[in-house]
Amino acid sequence: MENFVLNDLGYPELTLLLVIPLIGILFLAFLRDPKKIRVVALVTSLVELVASLPLFFYFDPSTYKMQFVEGPYPWIGTFNIHYTVGVDGISLLMVLLTTLLMPICILCSWRAIDKKVKGFMSALLIMETGMIGVFVALDFVLFYVFWEGMLIPMYLIIGIWGGPNRLYAAMKFFLYTLAGSLLLLVAMISLYFAGGKTFDIVTLMTVHYPPGFQLWIFLAFFMAFAIKVPMFPFHTWLPDAHVEAPTAGSVLLASVLLKMGAYGFLRFCLPVLPEATLAFTPVILSLSVIAIVYGAYMALAQNDLKKLIAYSSVSHMGFVTLGIFVMNTQGVEGALLQMINHGITTGGLFLLVGMVYDRTHSRMIADYGGIARPMPRYGAMLTIFAFSSLGLPGMNSFVGEFLVLLGTFMTHRGMAVIATLGVILAAVYILWMVQRVLFGPVTKPGNAGLADLELREMVVLVPLLVLVFWFGFYPNPLLNFLHATVSHLLEQVNAAGSPPPLADQLINGELFKGLL
Amino acid sequence: MFPMTDIWLILPEIMLIVYACAILVLEPFVSSSQKGILAYFSLAALALAGFTSFRLSHLDYAAFSGMYLLDPYSSFFKFLLYIAAALVVLLSMNYLKVQKINIGEYYAFLLIATAGMTVMVSGGDLITIYLGLELTSICFYVLAGFRRYEERSIEASAKYFVLGSFSSGVLLYGISILYGLAGTTNLKDLSAFFAVSSPNSSALIVAMVLLIVGFGFKVSAVPFHMWTPDVYEGAPTPITAFLSVSSKAASFAVFLRVFLSVFNGAQQDWQAILIVVSVATMGLGNLVAVAQENIKRMLAYSSIAHAGYAMIGLIVGDKLGIYSLMLYLMIYSFMNLGAFGIVILLQRGGMSGESINDFSGLSKKHPFYALLMLVFMFSLAGLPPTAGFVAKFYVFMAAVNAHLAWLAVVGVIFSAISAYFYLRIVMVMYMKEPAGEMKLAASPALSIALLVAVAVVVLVGVFPGPLIDYAQTAILSLRQ
Repeated sequence: MENFVLNDLGYPELTLLLVIPLIGILFLAFLRDPKKIRVVALVTSLVELVASLPLFFYFDPSTYKMQFVEGPYPWIGTFNIHYTVGVDGISLLMVLLTTLLMPICILCSWRAIDKKVKGFMSALLIMETGMIGVFVALDFVLFYVFWEGMLIPMYLIIGIWGGPNRLYAAMKFFLYTLAGSLLLLVAMISLYFAGGKTFDIVTLMTVHYPPGFQLWIFLAFFMAFAIKVPMFPFHTWLPDAHVEAPTAGSVLLASVLLKMGAYGFLRFCLPVLPEATLAFTPVILSLSVIAIVYGAYMALAQNDLKKLIAYSSVSHMGFVTLGIFVMNTQGVEGALLQMINHGITTGGLFLLVGMVYDRTHSRMIADYGGIARPMPRYGAMLTIFAFSSLGLPGMNSFVGEFLVLLGTFMTHRGMAVIATLGVILAAVYILWMVQRVLFGPVTKPGNAGLADLELREMVVLVPLLVLVFWFGFYPNPLLNFLHATVSHLLEQVNAAGSPPPLADQLINGELFKGLL
Repeated sequence: MFPMTDIWLILPEIMLIVYACAILVLEPFVSSSQKGILAYFSLAALALAGFTSFRLSHLDYAAFSGMYLLDPYSSFFKFLLYIAAALVVLLSMNYLKVQKINIGEYYAFLLIATAGMTVMVSGGDLITIYLGLELTSICFYVLAGFRRYEERSIEASAKYFVLGSFSSGVLLYGISILYGLAGTTNLKDLSAFFAVSSPNSSALIVAMVLLIVGFGFKVSAVPFHMWTPDVYEGAPTPITAFLSVSSKAASFAVFLRVFLSVFNGAQQDWQAILIVVSVATMGLGNLVAVAQENIKRMLAYSSIAHAGYAMIGLIVGDKLGIYSLMLYLMIYSFMNLGAFGIVILLQRGGMSGESINDFSGLSKKHPFYALLMLVFMFSLAGLPPTAGFVAKFYVFMAAVNAHLAWLAVVGVIFSAISAYFYLRIVMVMYMKEPAGEMKLAASPALSIALLVAVAVVVLVGVFPGPLIDYAQTAILSLRQ
């Protein structure tokens, strides 16, 4: 197989990663004591983390080809559907991010989740299998099964263990993402027939599809991925879901699930549909810039901590889509860094909000004020993650945002200028939030006696803290993984040449030719 | 003339009828607390018929001068019907006791209805098909009214009878026009006749439309669905399950066989009609289901909606279309029977377990059953990794392959809407507090049925290969 690089570990590494959480659930099924359940879940996620490390050490960053490939093993032989898994630089980082975050999510739910612990931990572990599955699947059907199947545990996490308005939020989350996904399903089947009756993603990339057809497929893909990212104007489910989800749910949602949308653009839209991608670029760039500014403005107006972070996510994810679609090395690599960094930083912020919420059961900014006094460690942590979020140089987010803006400036100056506005606004809403929550006198008498972060909570935050500074000062290890993959990706897009702009295609009826 | 040995080929049907008659005879001698024996008796009958059909399943033969076809296609549906009937028997055992209608004739009618449906799917002649259809329908009219002290049940029976016999009449009218045109009712002869001669096409269209009305009624396609919610609500729940699964599957089997043989040349025409019907069926079924408060009515509208999806396979009508339809009906049977099984579990007489709110907090009181219902609901909604996804996947695949991608898009949009009401059940079970004490009418038989259903739903969801391969081998003989 010339498409693949086989890093011979002597065992099926990726399948192992998919199976370990499920084995953990099997163990959970026999336990009744919540304490033991928590421990077993944590151990499972730690085993998973350790098991994922060989990916990091044995990955060959010099090639764009898929690595650690297993398969294709026939799954549904009649339709050429296979079990094929593998990673390239992009999916590798996402897998590692997932395995890193899972123990953190379990630890942060240690106290917060006290009812139906078994169900919660099982749902988290199923999520882990699902998320890893999405990133490693190299067969479109396999990808889709993970992609959509994962909605079920997330729906339950929000709906059962969420806040007061959880039913509405869970349903909205589910229906929004399902609607997008189902269009993806039809597009996927259309590609199957157009691409020579195969669902193999790597093979589908090598086929050239007629431009009119590409536009339709792109529209369907766009709906699915844009809802997941979420891009403006498909973002309205996100604040609701974030606000109502339990902390672990919010962290997974922000850190991994949103990235799947961006991952989808990178894995499918750019390489499979290069001409349609180029045609739609102006639209998507505009939506991204709108998301950056609009998200930031909305964040400014929030008085609920989780909502504020949710809207900041919309803004930050705007940078990701902006970077992807300016389609130069700086932009795409910046976008990928931003994906990882947003996962780390926003994950950290949601964890911190969860920690005060566990103590006071309020997420309203007005209910806090001056809590740095009783909680100095908390104050320090929140400040650091907040600075990271607003993109302070020396911290992780700066690198990604800078690269994205650089990439954008090279091709679309005006957009870069407007997007920079988002960075400035980020500083405003984040610093204002920090000031209102942490500093000044203690406004609520009840808050004076708040307990500072305990050991477990520090253990949760420190790994992320290390990454904040590591990737801030020395992002090269990350970039090394990406260079080969990204440059190949850009070759694939640029090979398409430049198709006529979307407006021309519409006028010439090119779009409707694809329908027939 | 046909050889007398042909009689051996209908041995499964003969067995079912003989057993049914035996039940009628034995019934008075079985004390009212021992009626369960008759249920086991009918399970034995179904097993025996299933075994005999299995031994005959390798044949591809037209018996009784082409009146009765034994082919892999009919065998596929027969197995579906036997399994569904067996599951319904298991679902019924405790239910009949709880509802105080523990009468042996119930099982006899069940077996006769099953025999009628196997005749339908094997019918090689419009008259045989009609015979099977009526045999089935008459049993169902009676079964729907089995809760005779309950007004809604009687209403269901009367409504089903009036509308059902009317639709049978329409069907028969269509058949008579076909006979008038071609001078035969044999499917093969009709197909051959219309292939060479082009008769008065408006008469052919009229016959076609009448047949669509007749079959459309049986599969509860819009706009011939009016009876469905009322009958489904009023009938004893296991019968509702039986009706929604077996009757629909058998009718679709016949629908497909007749339209692909007799009206093969006029595919353009009936495709156009059925596309409208299919979209209306998916649309109305899913949209109205959203507003239901009674779970049986909700499942009734959901079953209407599923008829719309299955019809896509029929509309496409090529190889992929045919077995996507077969696959759909097979999978739908298990998930729908499972869902009705849970509803039966909650019914402890009167109106209990009928309102969706009766499911509140089921997960807290009975987490295992709630989990099963969760699987069935997600499967009905078509989410991976359940069998429901596999079913929808192939139907949409068939549509896209036949350049009907837009129909697939319509299908997925309604599918997204349907998620709302299926999820509502999950929400009520998992996210609401139980209203009061929740006792279940659980029994070992019911649990076995539920476990079988859930095992199939999950296994087919993860490893659909074998079922697909089987469906594929089963269609080969249908089109020459």
